[in-house]
Amino acid sequence: MTRFWRWFWALLIGVPIMALSAWGLQDNARLFVITLLNGLTLASLYFIVASGFTLVFGLMRNVNLAHGSLYLLGGYLGFFAAQLTGSWLVALAVGFAAAAVVGLVMQVSIFRFMLGQDLRQTMVTIGLSIVIADCLMWAIGAQVHQMSPPPWLDGPIRNIPVIRAYSTYRLSLLPIGIVIGVALWLFLNRTRVGMMIRAGVDDRGMLAAAGVNVNLVFATTFAIGAGLAGFGGVIGAVELSMVPGEDTRLLLASLVVVIVGGMGSVIGAAIGAAIFGLAETYGLAYAPTYSVVFTFVILVLVLAFRPRGILGRPA
Amino acid sequence: MSAANWRGAMNAQHRAQGANAPVPSAYAARVPRPARLRLQNPLRVRHLLVLAFLIAYPWFATPFFTYQIGAQSLALGLIALSLTFLGGYGGMISLAQMTVAGIAGYMVAIFGTSATDGVSLRWPWWLAVLIGIVVATGAAAFIGWLSVRTEGIYTIMITLAIGVAFYYLVLQNYAVFNGFQGTQKVFPPTLAGVYWRDATPFYYLALFWALAGYLFVVYLLRSPFGIALQGIRDNPRRMHALGFNVTAHRVTAYAVAGAIAAVGGVLFTWYNGLVTPGSVGTSWLINILIIAVLGGMRHPVGAFLGAIVFVLLQNFAIDVIDRERFNLVIGAVFLVIVLFSNDGLLGWWSALSVRLSTQRGETRWSSARRRLYAR
Repeated sequence: MTRFWRWFWALLIGVPIMALSAWGLQDNARLFVITLLNGLTLASLYFIVASGFTLVFGLMRNVNLAHGSLYLLGGYLGFFAAQLTGSWLVALAVGFAAAAVVGLVMQVSIFRFMLGQDLRQTMVTIGLSIVIADCLMWAIGAQVHQMSPPPWLDGPIRNIPVIRAYSTYRLSLLPIGIVIGVALWLFLNRTRVGMMIRAGVDDRGMLAAAGVNVNLVFATTFAIGAGLAGFGGVIGAVELSMVPGEDTRLLLASLVVVIVGGMGSVIGAAIGAAIFGLAETYGLAYAPTYSVVFTFVILVLVLAFRPRGILGRPA
Repeated sequence: MSAANWRGAMNAQHRAQGANAPVPSAYAARVPRPARLRLQNPLRVRHLLVLAFLIAYPWFATPFFTYQIGAQSLALGLIALSLTFLGGYGGMISLAQMTVAGIAGYMVAIFGTSATDGVSLRWPWWLAVLIGIVVATGAAAFIGWLSVRTEGIYTIMITLAIGVAFYYLVLQNYAVFNGFQGTQKVFPPTLAGVYWRDATPFYYLALFWALAGYLFVVYLLRSPFGIALQGIRDNPRRMHALGFNVTAHRVTAYAVAGAIAAVGGVLFTWYNGLVTPGSVGTSWLINILIIAVLGGMRHPVGAFLGAIVFVLLQNFAIDVIDRERFNLVIGAVFLVIVLFSNDGLLGWWSALSVRLSTQRGETRWSSARRRLYAR
């Protein structure tokens, strides 16, 4: 793309958004800023869940449609761990570990035997997601589980200039998301395992020929990706709530985020999560009936001009 | 000489000569395969038997079996048939087929008659059905136009996202779609003195359209369009190089599949008597995929086989395990089929028939060739 077209698109998209933002700020600054914060914190949760999804896809070309179920599983187990121990950090660890173990079992017992058959893997994950969701409903029931935030993150922060007060927990999601994003980026770009994973994304066969145990790399990646879903589940158990059906909601969010951002790219997932989270919250705040349509229109526009997502590369 | 005789003679010749036959005649037995043979679809005894059974079915089945099992399987099979056509022959697995069917159902409810006065316009039923099918076909073409830019698993994800977006739209919009409640009492009309909601008439209505859809797909697959579509499934780049417009063929396939799904959707809406956001929700989007994969995508009949199994499981899971656990049963069955068969029930069937025919003394090759002709 030449410099002219880059400027053209930036202006075409940027100017209306700036104008709308200016109108929103002038009309009701408090609502606008709170919605902005809500959108960014929601985007942070979406990013945590979707980054695991995109990591698994990037390496294995495996669309894990059971990702939402892992999210719900991690959230429930984290909830019970928090009830037992009273510690939110333990809950986070349990959520991550539980989803990672289930993901590891899935990789070792099923997906290892169907390498490269991506359509079949997709079908299997659909079947698994149905079974896991129903087992969870059987074991835990359909009532809403809401986790309370840890004491040191409970309650609002007061005396913020425009918006007066905002939930500490929600605000803390922003640094959590940023830390996870940076950690994931450092892990992928600065460590030896990350180097292997990136090499596996580019050429799986060559990596194996270089003497790396590819199955081990795959298992590690799958465990981390699934674990991130469980981690997101514990965070979401406080911010949203745990109830059957949340798994499909987060699965859809992950899908949209990675489609918009580009499959297999962590930075793309961050951009996609920011766009989707902001679009959803602003839609809910300013045009409640049509908030989903906004999401849909964004999806359509991105697909029309960048079929592989904003940062996507050819498969 | 008829095709069957010709084939019989060929096989006899092949068998008589055995494995050590002179090369030229074995070669002759293998190579001349006139294209006409492949394109003829011989009407066989088993086809007539199945047809006779389907027509006679309501005479000996109870109304429950006629309506709940028979008619529902046919309506769902018709929707799944659209996915079989699209996925099995076009290579595009779309999860939005139930969305297309739901759009048709919603249009019939909105333009036709229902219990929800604020929503329904009470136009004549035939106009409502016509609008439903046209709008749904247009929507399917639009969905196709959006998703043909993508391939394989990307298509699944994008159609799933579109389907769920439509679910949330009808869930949240009260002005047009009446939100969570949807529209109730969307019934088929009384025509020619017959109330088409009664078990037997509705069964025949569903049977007529299921047969029409089945024959239409079978015919279409042998038409130049169908052959080109299968070529595009196997190698889009080569078809493009040969001068075929790949995108246009794919979008047309979406539209055709959309029309089939729309007819199925109208039938399914009439069957349920209502259309709600739940009927276009994620579970139903995936159920259609389950039905198509369960039956097998290598032949249009798979969609109906899958639908029968699905409906039987849905109705009798209560006897196997708790009624609430239907999803567990269907999910487990789906998982087993996907893990252990490469093409659903039809995959098992063909593996079985290869085994039986090799036991009868045919070689794997001759058995595969015979089945290729017989399709």
